[in-house]
Amino acid sequence: MQASLSLSVASHASPAALARSNHSSASFAPVNLRFCGLRREAFGFSDLKQSESRRVCPSSARRWKAAVSALASDNGSAPKSFDYDLLIIGAGVGGHGAALHAVEKGLKTAIVEGDVVGGTCVNRGCVPSKALLAVSGRMREFQTEHHLKALGLQVSAAGYDRQGVADHANNLATKIRNNLTNSMKALGVDILTGVGTILGPHKVKVGSSNVVTAKDVIIATGSVPFVPKGIEVDGKTVITSDHALKLEFVPDWIAIIGSGYIGLEFSDVYTALGSEVTFVEALDQLMPGFDPEIGKLAQRVLINPRKIDYHTGVFASKITPAKDGKPVTIELIDAKTKEPKETLEVDAALIATGRAPFTQGLGLENINVATQRGFIPVDERMRVIDANGKLVPHIYCIGDANGKMMLAHAASAQGISVVEQVTGRDHVLNHLSIPAACFTHPEISMVGLTEPQAREKADKEGFEISVAKTSFKANTKALAENEGEGLAKLIYRPDNGEILGVHIFGLHAADLIHEASNAIALGTRIQDIKFAVHAHPTLSEVLDELFKSAKVKAQVSSPVSEPVAV
Amino acid sequence: MAHLLNTPFVPSAQTLRRSPNLPPGARISGRRGRASVQAKIREIFMPALSSTMTEGKIVSWVKSEGDKLSKGESVVVVESDKADMDVETFYDGYLAAIMVEEGGVASVGSAIALLAESEAEIAEAKAKANSSSSSSSSPPPPPNTAAPEPQVVNVASVAVAKPPPAAAVASTHQASDGGKRIVASPYAKKLAKELKVDLGRILGSGPLGRIVAKDVEEAAAAAVESNVAAGSGPAASSPSPGIQLGTVVPFTTMQGAVSKNMVESLSVPTFRVGYTITTDALDALYKKVKSKGVTMTALLAKATALALAKHPVVNSSCRDGNSFTYNSSINIAVAVALDGGLITPVLPDADKVDIYSLSRKWKELVDKARAKQLQPHEYNTGTFTLSNLGMFGVDRFDAILPPGTGAIMAVGASQPSVVATKDGRIGMQNQMQVNVTADHRVIYGADLASFLQTLASIIEDPKDLTL
Repeated sequence: MQASLSLSVASHASPAALARSNHSSASFAPVNLRFCGLRREAFGFSDLKQSESRRVCPSSARRWKAAVSALASDNGSAPKSFDYDLLIIGAGVGGHGAALHAVEKGLKTAIVEGDVVGGTCVNRGCVPSKALLAVSGRMREFQTEHHLKALGLQVSAAGYDRQGVADHANNLATKIRNNLTNSMKALGVDILTGVGTILGPHKVKVGSSNVVTAKDVIIATGSVPFVPKGIEVDGKTVITSDHALKLEFVPDWIAIIGSGYIGLEFSDVYTALGSEVTFVEALDQLMPGFDPEIGKLAQRVLINPRKIDYHTGVFASKITPAKDGKPVTIELIDAKTKEPKETLEVDAALIATGRAPFTQGLGLENINVATQRGFIPVDERMRVIDANGKLVPHIYCIGDANGKMMLAHAASAQGISVVEQVTGRDHVLNHLSIPAACFTHPEISMVGLTEPQAREKADKEGFEISVAKTSFKANTKALAENEGEGLAKLIYRPDNGEILGVHIFGLHAADLIHEASNAIALGTRIQDIKFAVHAHPTLSEVLDELFKSAKVKAQVSSPVSEPVAV
Repeated sequence: MAHLLNTPFVPSAQTLRRSPNLPPGARISGRRGRASVQAKIREIFMPALSSTMTEGKIVSWVKSEGDKLSKGESVVVVESDKADMDVETFYDGYLAAIMVEEGGVASVGSAIALLAESEAEIAEAKAKANSSSSSSSSPPPPPNTAAPEPQVVNVASVAVAKPPPAAAVASTHQASDGGKRIVASPYAKKLAKELKVDLGRILGSGPLGRIVAKDVEEAAAAAVESNVAAGSGPAASSPSPGIQLGTVVPFTTMQGAVSKNMVESLSVPTFRVGYTITTDALDALYKKVKSKGVTMTALLAKATALALAKHPVVNSSCRDGNSFTYNSSINIAVAVALDGGLITPVLPDADKVDIYSLSRKWKELVDKARAKQLQPHEYNTGTFTLSNLGMFGVDRFDAILPPGTGAIMAVGASQPSVVATKDGRIGMQNQMQVNVTADHRVIYGADLASFLQTLASIIEDPKDLTL
C-alpha cells in the first residue's frame, strides 16, 4: 500500500517538476500556484498527503523513506553487489546537502573527504568570512561617530584585538565543521577519509588502496582560489582568501585584486580594521556581475566614502611579495592594450580573482571525461558529459567543480536535485531562482536576472519588462536603525506579473532576498504575492512595497474562494 | 527621463515620493553676465542637488555641443554626494559650449556649460566659454595654479578629448614630473583631494617614504597656519588657527561626555584641603631616573598611590548616597588635555607596579589617547584622579570631582620659595602646592589631612618610590 502510494506520487510528480523548472516561459501549471496560497496555509499539513504536493510533511517522512528504499530494491536496477547506493566525493556544503537528502531518501550513502569536512565554505570561505564581517560591521558602527550621535549613543575609542578576531573566525569554522560532521554521522553517512579517485563506472579508490563501489557517484570536489600567472603567492604579504581568513596581520595598505564578492567583502573587513585598500579590477567598472544600478549605489556607499581607491581596466601582470625591506610590488598593465601602466607599492596584496575548479587527480581520464578550463562538463541534470559529448551513466558533478553557479547553496541544491533523480524522480534545478548575497555593510543580494540581462531576454523573446524600485529610506525599521541607505529593485513582466529578477542593497539584504527567490522558485506572480501580509514594522516591508509598486496587468490568478475566518 | 537617469532615486516608486526632497529638475537660471555679454547666452550652473552638496561630478552629457534643447529636456547627468540626477534646461536654445567635461568636477553654482538662444550665437558663446572661464577665476594665469576652479578651466580647455571617467582618479597619482612617482596611500590621496593639498610637495612619513593621511593633514594644517600668519589684520591674532570666531560649534562626543560628567558632579557635596609639599628630594630623584624613562607624572602617581594605600578611605567611592565602596585596587587616573577635549587615562594598581613599568604604561596610554584608541577600561576605571597644571606655571588651582570617585588632587608647579626653617633661618626650597577635592559624604577633613601628611612625607623622602 505504501509503495503504491509512493509510486503514484512519483509518477505524476515529474511533469509537475518540469513545469516548475520551465516556469519562466509563459505556460504555467496552476498546481504550483497553490503552494504559497492562503488555502494551503489554512488547511495545514493534514491536507498534504492528498494534494499533489511533492513536499513531505514531517509525520510521513519515515514512511516515505521506507517506501523509497523498498522501491529501489524492487525495481532490480541496483544489484546488491555495490558497497553503497551513493558515493559522494567531497564533503563540502554540496556533498553534505546531497548526503543528507540521500539518507532521507533511504540511500546507503558514503562521503569521501581528502582534507577536512566542510570544504571551502566552512573552513576557508563563507563561514569564517562571516565571523570577520560580523566584527567589521560592529567596528564600523562604533567608528561612525555621527551615526552613533544620531542615535544618542556615546562610544569612545573602539578598538580590537587582532588575535581575538582571528580566533572568533577559527572557532566558528571549527564549530560549524563539527556540526556538519556530527549531522552526517548521526544519520549514518559513512565518512571515508582519503583522496577519492574514480577508477571506472561505479568504482572509486579512496586513499591509496581502499576501493569502494557505488551505484551512483557524485563529484563534489569544489574549487580553490584562482591565482593568475605572474603572481607569486607567499601566504604572508601576497595572499589568497585562504590566508586572509586567518587574519594573521592587518596591513596598513592592501591591494585587492578583483572587486567581486570576495574582494568586496574583504575590503569591508580590512577598512573596518583600519587598513587602506586599493582595488585592481580588470573590467572597466568595479563590481562586475552586479546589476549596474546596484553596483553604482554600492560603490557610492561601500567604496567612495571609505579609505579605498581603485584602478579599473587593468591587469596585475606581476606581483612580487615583500622581502628584504621592499614592499609588495604590483605591475599593472592595460587590460586591452597590454601596455604597462603603473607600479603599485603596497604592504600586502589579496588575490580575489575568482576560484578555479579542483578536479585534478580525480581520475577523470578513466571515464573519458575532459575538463573545460578545469570544470567538469555537465548537462542541466548535473550528469557528467564525456569527451565525446555523451552522458556518463551514474556519474554526476555538482558545485564549484561544474562551474554552473559557484555558490555553496547552489551546490547543495544541485546535490539534492541529483538525489531526486537517482531515486527515480526527474528534477531540474532552476538556477535563476538561486539567490546570491554579498555580506558587506550594508549587504547586497540578488536573484534572477540583472536589468541588462532581462532587457536582452525581453528583446529576444519579444515581451515587455518593467522595473520597480523602493528605497530603504521609506522603511520604518531601517530608519529606526538609522540605516536608510538602500534600494530594492524588481524587474518583472507587466503582462503576466512574472518576477525576472530582484536586487537589494541595504540593511540585511541577504536575509530579505528569500521572499523573492522563493517566489521565483515556486512561480508565484506579483499579483498574488502582493496580497501576502508582512509584519510591521520590519525590513521585509521593503519587499512588500516593492511588489505593491509593480504595475501588473494580469489579474489575481488564484483568488481565495473560501475565506478562512479566525 | 527615468531610464536615462540610471539613478537609484528616480521617483518611480510611490514610496520615494515622501523621501528625498530633491527635485530631479534643474537650476538652469539665466543670469545677466558682464556688460560685454549679451543676455541671450546663458550659463548652465552646477545645481545644488542636496542640502549637503558642495560640488558635483559630471557623469555624462546627455546632449552634445550644438544640440538643440527645448525647455524641460535633460541636458546632463550630475553625481552629487547622494545620487545621480539629471539636470533639465528651463530654456529653449542650443548647447553652445560644454565647460566641464564628463568626469570633471565643479563646485555648486559654477558654470558648467553655455546655452545660446540661436544657432548664430554658438560661436560667440564658444569664444566666451574660452575667455570667461579663464577670466572668471580672479588670478589671471591659468596654467600652473592648482586650486579647484582652475581645474575646471583646464578640463574645459581640453574639452575635445573625451577622458574616460576613471582618468580623473588615475591622474592624481600617475607618475609626475621626470617620471618620479608619488606613492601615497588611498586615504592620503582622498584627503589630498579634499583638502586641496598637492601631493607632490609632501614628504611621506609612512613605510618606505609613502605619503599617508597624517602627512596630508599636517601639510593642510601647515598651509592654514601660514595663511593665517600671512593674512593681514585680526585673523593673524586669533587665538589659534582654524577657529572661526562668532560661530556656534556643537559639542563633540568627548565634549558632550565631559559636560555631562561636570554637571553630574554638582550633586556631590565636596570640600577642599590644600597642602604645601617640599619637592627638593623628589626633583633630585627625578633628575637621577629621568634617563631611565621615568616621568614626573609617574612619580607623582606612584607617590599618591603609596599614600592612598595607607588611607583606603580616600580611595573609596560613594555612588548611591547610602553606602560606599573601599576600592580593591588603587587606579590613578591622570587628566590629559587633548585637542578639543580631556581624557583621564588610568594607571592601574599604581601602588603595586614599579615606577619604570608605570612610566612605560603612561607613555603607552598617552599615545593611545592621542590616537583616540583608548579602550573604555583604560579611561573610566580610575579610583583617584590627578590633575597637574604645573607645567604651565600654575601654582595652585582647584579641581572638580569626577563622579564615581572619592577624590581628585590638583597639583601646581614646583617653585623655588623662600622659607623659614625651624632652626630660625631663612632658606630656599622647591615647593609645590596640592589641593584635594573630596566627596564629604565619605571622606572627612581629618581623612584628607592625614592622607596629605603621608603624601608629603613620601614626596619629601622619596626613596620608596623607586623600590
